[in-house]
This record gives sequence, structure tokens and C-alpha cells, in this order.
Amino acid sequence: MSDPAPTTWPLHCTVNGRPRTLVVSVRKLAVDVLREDFGLRGTHAGCEHGVCGACTVLLDDAPVRSCLLFAPQLEGCDVRTVEDLAGPGEVLHPLQESFSAHHGLQCGFCTPAMLLTALDLLRSNPTPTRDEVREALSANLCRCTGYQQIVDAVMDSSRGGEFDCT
Amino acid sequence: MKPAPFRYERPSSLQDALALLAEQGVETKALAGGQSLVPLMNLRLARPDVIVDLNQISELSGVERAGDQVRLGALIRHEMTMSDPTVRQLLPLLAHAAAHIGHRAIRTRGTLGGSLAHADPSAELAVASLALGAEVEVASTRGVRLVPIGELFDGPLSTTLAEDELIVAVRYRVDQGRRPFGFAELARRQGDFALTIAAVTVAVDEDGGCRAATVALGGVGGSPRLIGPAARALIGTRLEPTAIDLAVAAVEHTIRPVADLHGTLAYRMAMAALLTRQAIAMAGGAR
Repeated sequence: MSDPAPTTWPLHCTVNGRPRTLVVSVRKLAVDVLREDFGLRGTHAGCEHGVCGACTVLLDDAPVRSCLLFAPQLEGCDVRTVEDLAGPGEVLHPLQESFSAHHGLQCGFCTPAMLLTALDLLRSNPTPTRDEVREALSANLCRCTGYQQIVDAVMDSSRGGEFDCT
Repeated sequence: MKPAPFRYERPSSLQDALALLAEQGVETKALAGGQSLVPLMNLRLARPDVIVDLNQISELSGVERAGDQVRLGALIRHEMTMSDPTVRQLLPLLAHAAAHIGHRAIRTRGTLGGSLAHADPSAELAVASLALGAEVEVASTRGVRLVPIGELFDGPLSTTLAEDELIVAVRYRVDQGRRPFGFAELARRQGDFALTIAAVTVAVDEDGGCRAATVALGGVGGSPRLIGPAARALIGTRLEPTAIDLAVAAVEHTIRPVADLHGTLAYRMAMAALLTRQAIAMAGGAR
């Protein structure tokens, strides 16, 4: 049904605005393609079965678990990772500034996905309540901070906050 | 972990997908949202030889009203089930139930057909679809047939479908879909798998009498199930407290949940009774 051997796939997608082409193994997980093939190591592989949320990326503007997608499922898609918020040496995104100001991270493992989950929430709901922020962030596990400062950081990034990113 | 090797197929038509599912001598799995199948593959609890990715098949998407029925394509994602105006208007129980599934990053991918095919004993859309009396449209190269949802589930993570059959759509009756409903779910944490779920529909006459009812429970055995005696206990009543007591008693006499590390038999019985009571009260309330 496909031209090459069916255990590989000639992938064409856009990652952080840049067109990418690659022949990948069909069983490779999207998170591993992003990290190993595209060198975007901000997306983290945690549980690899859809529970921890560390691999969350935006696929055609919707948050998804990139550990639950096979590489060919990225075909034709627009992928956004945490590296899209600010490149090396660039000014941080206001949401990132807010995480920094509120001590919303310690080890940082969950942070990239927390940022994208929060950004997705703020795009659809620029003035969330604290409970709405907690509900959205419940998709992502953090084992360091106790979450309170992460919630603080997102609240302060909502419309009218010091780090308004809406 | 990573999945074992497989052959990947990406058909663009239903006909091609069904032909692939009919291939003999290999274990083939249909991939819809992948929110249950891919974890099983990553953990190597499932090792299919062939994956048939359904996501390019436009025939499997969409919401159509046809006469007294609404037909939902199997690939409709949970976020769409929650937000689609037709679903919200004609099948409010289904939209309400979908909002309880996992997290948004799960709901943007997970599908109605996938959820029913996975047959988790405490799947929200399975319990809601039972309460709504859904019919499941199943296709194979041999043809199309309609399976009443009560005949779909066959124990934990098992269905009565043949290996080459695919759920292509689910049909709901509008009159039943628009009934007042109740839904109650117990999960330890936001977004966790439900321990127990109750979904109820009632049809109430102008004088307040209940002329029809359904009671469906999840997490009380190997499959989500209708509790006929509980529904019958409500019919002909005005959903008054004693009627609800009788329906709850009927639940307690009918189910025999399995104790596990998440809850003893007594706890699961008590939660099934409590959630049934809450769901009936919600159905009989302001809605």
C-alpha cells in the first residue's frame, strides 16, 4: 500500500514551523523522533504509556501524548514543541518567565509539557479559575514542586497577570 | 518500553481497511486514537503483526442526523463528542460522559469506536451508550450488521466482534438521547480510570410519572452492563425517594463486583449503590 518497505515510512511534517523530511521506522514513537532524529530534547519521554504527560506536544494546535503516536502519524502534521516558545539565547516566553519567577520548577523534567499544557489552556480560556488551572495541569505529573507554584505561574500568565501571555 | 515490530498500513478508504483486516494468518489491529492500544503495545502486552491506521478514512468521521436517529462515526474524538452542537443537543448524556474521560491530551485523540472496541469495564462512553440503547454498526468484507450495544461486550477488554470486523459508527435514537439523564462517576484523581460509573435516563410524562428508564453501570464486573431490575423499579413511579430506594436495592441484588487492590467487594457495592442514587436523583432533578 505504501511505496517503501512497509516497516519504514518517508515522513514529511512541519516541526516548530520548519519543514522536515525523514525516513523513519514505523514503530518509532513520535517522542523519539522529536528527540533523536530532530534533536529537540525538550520533549521528555517519561512513562511511555500515556500517564505522566511529560511527552505532551501540540499536534495541529491540540495537545497530544507523543509517546502514543507512531512516527508515520506525524505525516502532514504541524508539530509544536517547547523549543517553539523560545530558542537558545532568545528572550523567554512570558509563560516561561512566570514559571521562573514563581519557582514553578525544580528538576525541570515535567516543565516543557507543563508549559504546553498551560499554553493550550490559556489559548481557549485566557482567564481561568485556579480550579480550572489545576484540572488542566492534572494531565501532567510533577514529582518535585507540589504543583502550587506551577498553578501560581499559570495564574500569573493569564489575562491581566504580570506575565500575561494571552 | 517500545513496541515490537509491526507492518504499518494507512488505508484511505473503508474498503481497503476492511480488506486488510480480513488478511489471514496475521494478527491485525485497527488503530484509531491509540490511547489504549499504543500503551498496550509499548508495554508489549499487545504485539500485533499489522497495524491498520484508520485515521485517514474520512467515511469514519462525522455526525449525521437521519430521521429519528443520530449516527456518530467511529472516529469521532472525545473532544468533539463533548463540544459538537448536534451531540450536545440530541445526546447530552454522551457529551457529558465524554468530559469525564482522562485529560484533554487524551480526549483530542481517543475515539468513540475505539472506546467501545477496547471494552474497558469502566469506560464512560460504553456506560453512556448502554443507557442510551445504542446500536453499533459493524463492517467487514462480508457486509454490515447492527449489533445492539448490550450484545457487544464480552468480559474485560473483549467484544463479541469477529477478528475481521470493524466498528464504523454508532447509532442513537433521538427520543431516548434527549431524555433527562443522570451521570455519576468515582475516580481517585482527576482524569484517572473510573472505579465505578452510573448512567441513567428517564422518560417522564407531563404528570411527573416515569414511563421508561434505563440504568447502566460500569466498574461492577467484567463488562459495563444495564441493570434491568433497577430500571423497572423506576417505571410507573414519580422517582420519589422510596422508588429510588427500590432501584438501588435492585442494583445491590443484581451486581457482584470483583474486589481488587482499588476496592473491596463491600466498598464497590456501596459505591455502585451511591452513584446509582446520585444518577437517578440527577435525572429526576431540574433537567
